[in-house]
Amino acid sequence: MDQPLLRFSAALLLVLATAAPAQAEDTPLIDGGKLLLTNGVATIEGTSGGGVASWSTIAGRETDRGIGLSGHVTLIELPDYGWQSHGFAVGIANRIELSYARQNFDTRDVGAALGLGEGYTLNQDIFAAKVRLLGDVVYGDPLLPQISVGIEHKRNRDTPVALAVGAAHGKGTDVTISATKLFLSHSVLVNATARLTKANQTGLLGFGAAGKNDHSLQFEGSIAYQLSRRAVIGAEYRTKPDNLAFAREDDWLDLFAAYALTKNLTVTAAYVDLGSIATFHKQRGGMLSAQFAF
Amino acid sequence: MFLLAAALLIQPAIEPQTDWDKEFGIEEKVRDPVTGEFPVDPYVRDNRHAGATPFSGSAMAEAFGGQDGIRRIANRTVELSEADLRIAAIFVSHDMVRLKRTLFEQFCYILNAGCYYSGRDMATSHKDLGIRMRDMNALVENLQAAMREEKIPFAAQSRFLSKLAPMSGDVITR
Repeated sequence: MDQPLLRFSAALLLVLATAAPAQAEDTPLIDGGKLLLTNGVATIEGTSGGGVASWSTIAGRETDRGIGLSGHVTLIELPDYGWQSHGFAVGIANRIELSYARQNFDTRDVGAALGLGEGYTLNQDIFAAKVRLLGDVVYGDPLLPQISVGIEHKRNRDTPVALAVGAAHGKGTDVTISATKLFLSHSVLVNATARLTKANQTGLLGFGAAGKNDHSLQFEGSIAYQLSRRAVIGAEYRTKPDNLAFAREDDWLDLFAAYALTKNLTVTAAYVDLGSIATFHKQRGGMLSAQFAF
Repeated sequence: MFLLAAALLIQPAIEPQTDWDKEFGIEEKVRDPVTGEFPVDPYVRDNRHAGATPFSGSAMAEAFGGQDGIRRIANRTVELSEADLRIAAIFVSHDMVRLKRTLFEQFCYILNAGCYYSGRDMATSHKDLGIRMRDMNALVENLQAAMREEKIPFAAQSRFLSKLAPMSGDVITR
């Protein structure tokens, strides 16, 4: 290794080594005081939750006295489509969560069949905010869940396609209310979320349709069993509206396993059944997601 | 050399040390010769001070290795916490001999392993400690580590934590 680079690396290591203990003493803003896995894993919409369902958890590993950060990448492989999403979230004082996610939905051969062109990718940006109203996932009254309300503003980046398949809008806003509790006595986590939404396939096919332009009430449920401090398995179910005339839209379900490889890195693998998407049925496949949280 | 000698010479004479405890009327605490604990203000003893109803049956006590296993877990939790830079400062002026005993009694009582709890209630015993949620989380991690070392099955660990978690309101004070 050439000398200047070696010296630079050594100096950098020295600075990092001396900076770390000083940081520990005056309780930094970001130091990750949450219990493992209690920040959930990123959802396909970028909020913290169980992968497919949003939970009332606040992203990041910080407790009520600092700012937590989280970033994720998710891949879903389906018979006819490919999904990729990524995003980040900021958790402020375990009270407020602000998140952004980008969804990229590769239509592959379906794109050609629908006249969009092979491999046409539908894209969407999601800006979300969530506020914890009361309760705690782990602590306090064992029967009082952590309850949060959230708002997800979705901006489809392929509005002409959404409108062409019959959607009424290219933008939409979901409102969620979630209750999540870890029942330690049984090592079981339960989540229930109600969502008001117009989104067709989470918004990738736009929002609403002619004659079906109201928000509808949908449900997301998760149940998970904690195997160890680091490992959890679970199942989720998510109902969806069925607005578009050209294609049926099904409820979603997934079976997941999440593992905290380190306190900062959680990997989630899941079997997902996304039903029928844009006339292509039985979209069942695998999901893989990695989340870095601080 | 000369400068050093001069510096030593002009140092003021050492004054007799002031007994500040005496000046401010602070009595020196003396450990009880039998228990090794510092005396505490009198209070009424009550098992309800343990902050949770005990498990019924003997399954949990057995899962934790009876009183011997529980004592090792309580002691180890305290030792890990004293060495844990995140929360060590909380224990600096604490009577650790008493803490180890009362924590053991509390664990033993809740796990229904045949003990009485003689300590103070959770609100009183934690009121001056200034514990934050992240401190409680650190303590939980240390307790989990102590239970892991004793090979307590994870489901039983969580079941025990389910009795402790609702105490957060009394423990977390800021």
